Amino acid sequence: MDSAVISLLGAFLLSIIGLFVFIWSMRKGLLTENPRAASVIFAEGEIGRLDDPAMGETDLATAPSSADEGELLNRIASDRSSAFPVFMFIAFACFWLLVGSAAGLVASIKLHSPDWLVNDAWLTFGRIRTEHLNAVTYGWASNASLAVILWLLPRLLRTRLVGAIWIMLGGTFLNAGIAAGVGAIASGWTDGMEFLEIPWQIAIFIFAGFALIILPVLLTLARRNVDHLYVSVWYMVAALLWISVLFLVAKLPGVHTGVQQATTNWWYGHNALGLWFTPVSVGAVYYFLPKIIGRPIVSYNLSLLGFWTLAFFYGQVGGHHLIGGPVPGWLVTLSIVQSVMMIIPVVAFAINQGGTLYGHVRFVRYSPTLRFMVVGGLMYILSSLQGSIEALRSVNAVTHFTHYTVAHAHLGMYAFVTMVLFGAIYFMMPRVLAWEWPYPRLISLHFWLVTVGITIYVVPLTIGGWLQGKAMLDPSTPFMESVLLTLPYLQARSIGGAIMTLGHLVFVGHFFAMALRFGPQRTGAALFWQSATEVSHGK
Amino acid sequence: MENELKLVAGALVTLGVATAALVVLPYIQVRDIKPPDDLKPYTSAELRGRDVYISEGCMYCHSQQPRDRSMGPDAIRGWGRPSVPGDYYYDRPHLLGSMRTGPDLFNIGARQPSSDWHLGHLYQPRAYVPGSTMPAYPYLFTLEDEPADGDQVVNLPPDFAPPGKFVVATPRALDLVRYLQGLDHTYPILPAVPAPQD
Repeated sequence: MDSAVISLLGAFLLSIIGLFVFIWSMRKGLLTENPRAASVIFAEGEIGRLDDPAMGETDLATAPSSADEGELLNRIASDRSSAFPVFMFIAFACFWLLVGSAAGLVASIKLHSPDWLVNDAWLTFGRIRTEHLNAVTYGWASNASLAVILWLLPRLLRTRLVGAIWIMLGGTFLNAGIAAGVGAIASGWTDGMEFLEIPWQIAIFIFAGFALIILPVLLTLARRNVDHLYVSVWYMVAALLWISVLFLVAKLPGVHTGVQQATTNWWYGHNALGLWFTPVSVGAVYYFLPKIIGRPIVSYNLSLLGFWTLAFFYGQVGGHHLIGGPVPGWLVTLSIVQSVMMIIPVVAFAINQGGTLYGHVRFVRYSPTLRFMVVGGLMYILSSLQGSIEALRSVNAVTHFTHYTVAHAHLGMYAFVTMVLFGAIYFMMPRVLAWEWPYPRLISLHFWLVTVGITIYVVPLTIGGWLQGKAMLDPSTPFMESVLLTLPYLQARSIGGAIMTLGHLVFVGHFFAMALRFGPQRTGAALFWQSATEVSHGK
Repeated sequence: MENELKLVAGALVTLGVATAALVVLPYIQVRDIKPPDDLKPYTSAELRGRDVYISEGCMYCHSQQPRDRSMGPDAIRGWGRPSVPGDYYYDRPHLLGSMRTGPDLFNIGARQPSSDWHLGHLYQPRAYVPGSTMPAYPYLFTLEDEPADGDQVVNLPPDFAPPGKFVVATPRALDLVRYLQGLDHTYPILPAVPAPQD
């Protein structure tokens, strides 16, 4: 049978299955909206109130009077049960953010000043770049993601966190493993695959750490006091399961070899973003965005559709990192198709974010968390759509092997994931420490530094990477041309990176000022303008 | 419990599908591939050199996967024919790379067979390639007043040689160069076509 007949038959079968799924979803009522499920994150009477980060024990007095007090007390009990582990993970995340930023800045400068700091092996580009990657992905983003998960789940399940002490032991294992792994890379001991450099002997500690965190989380899930699992719970619990399986399979020593190891490498590499950081961040936006503006998300079923399509499509996109490489052609094609299919969950998210924000955008001026969340959510839409286009063969032929990919990766991991995590931390910390952020202006300064910084990072590097790819594709242009033409863009990247690092110093400094109880303790919420309470409550 | 089971089972099934496609099927498909006849296993010096290549992170700027002419002018640049899975038979870990901040190195041994060039280029890339952004690796060399017997002295262009000193390659530098010299996949991958009989 020739391929045309097979693909026609495949399309026919797919459309029949699609028809049945449609009939089934009609019968289950999935096509009618479900505002009750979308409202489970609110206490009785809480809808319509701006909340950032307002509802602690200390400032219960300022809570909207119509909110059900019993529910609020329950929520405070949930927050109490997770406070210690959440604080621990955020503190570790802040430490790794500084380490990773410093390493990243050094690596960036080295790309245009190759004779700078060349006498020490641990500072050579190939090592410091890898120290940066591991410090920011495992150290910063994973610790901060775990903090968000551990803080949100008891709230969403209206229960207490089970086994906080085991989670903290897991966190210790995890961070000991990251520290040992970064040290190993600095000393030249590495497994040599991108995102999987930490030697497998050390990775055992990281996996044990994840296992010690997941088991109490699953027990917490089993003791829920809500009928309905809010969409954020789906994203976050699934993400935890995914990352542990991904990490285990990818690190299995002695199994993977040759080009199959390359496909496994990128199956892991892209899923670390797609099935770990993305669902955690999307889940966070689905909680914080409606919670802050006091309005349920506009289409709850669409958010669940987004979850299942993300779960199905995102897992299979890794092969687009090997387009043109010595791997089976069907695998690359499959990954390209699924990369384009990622448009579905992204559009589902975009409709929800836009629809929920519609008419409430002015709150972005007041609420620090909302400001970070909205920028992060927009950058998710942008970076994911960019990724779908980038996976197309004709575009990939230009961008593959260039700095364009690096810019894209930072649009996803920084402008999206990291911004969402910053926003979540600003919301969570006052609940964790029962203390307000001491200097609200520093939050604003942090926001502008990192926003300007990442813009100066991504925009020039995207242009430079594209020109680099064009030069490499032109056989009449010597290869060195493609190197030399990137230099100004790489210098711009260093400037952007330096501004981002400055922002991180402000952020971490503010975090420590808060943890050490500096500054005036205010009873109100840390809003940019104090008049905000009037805006939200006065009407 | 229905929702929890749906969540856990659904998450694991979707990941299972992805794993089957990107990990298990490639494993089944390529496990029986034999190395090409002309591909030799690495020597122990080359393997040590490969470890240096990995430790110093060379693969973050250099790919080892020449592409087909439909994807780019790799062959015209002298980087070699498109690679095939069999070429990587002895590679563990794989070093396909994801960036071309520098050129592809899959056939660098054929392009640049001279160990003098490699040693000098590692000590100071800009001595050989003006404008290169590759880091210099002075820590893979020692500076000696008087080289001892058996020392491999690096011959550098006069502008780049440290005055009054001899640059001597460490064993790690020598191993790395042996690995780079051994990167030669220019052999044919298809058996020779028998001459037509008539």
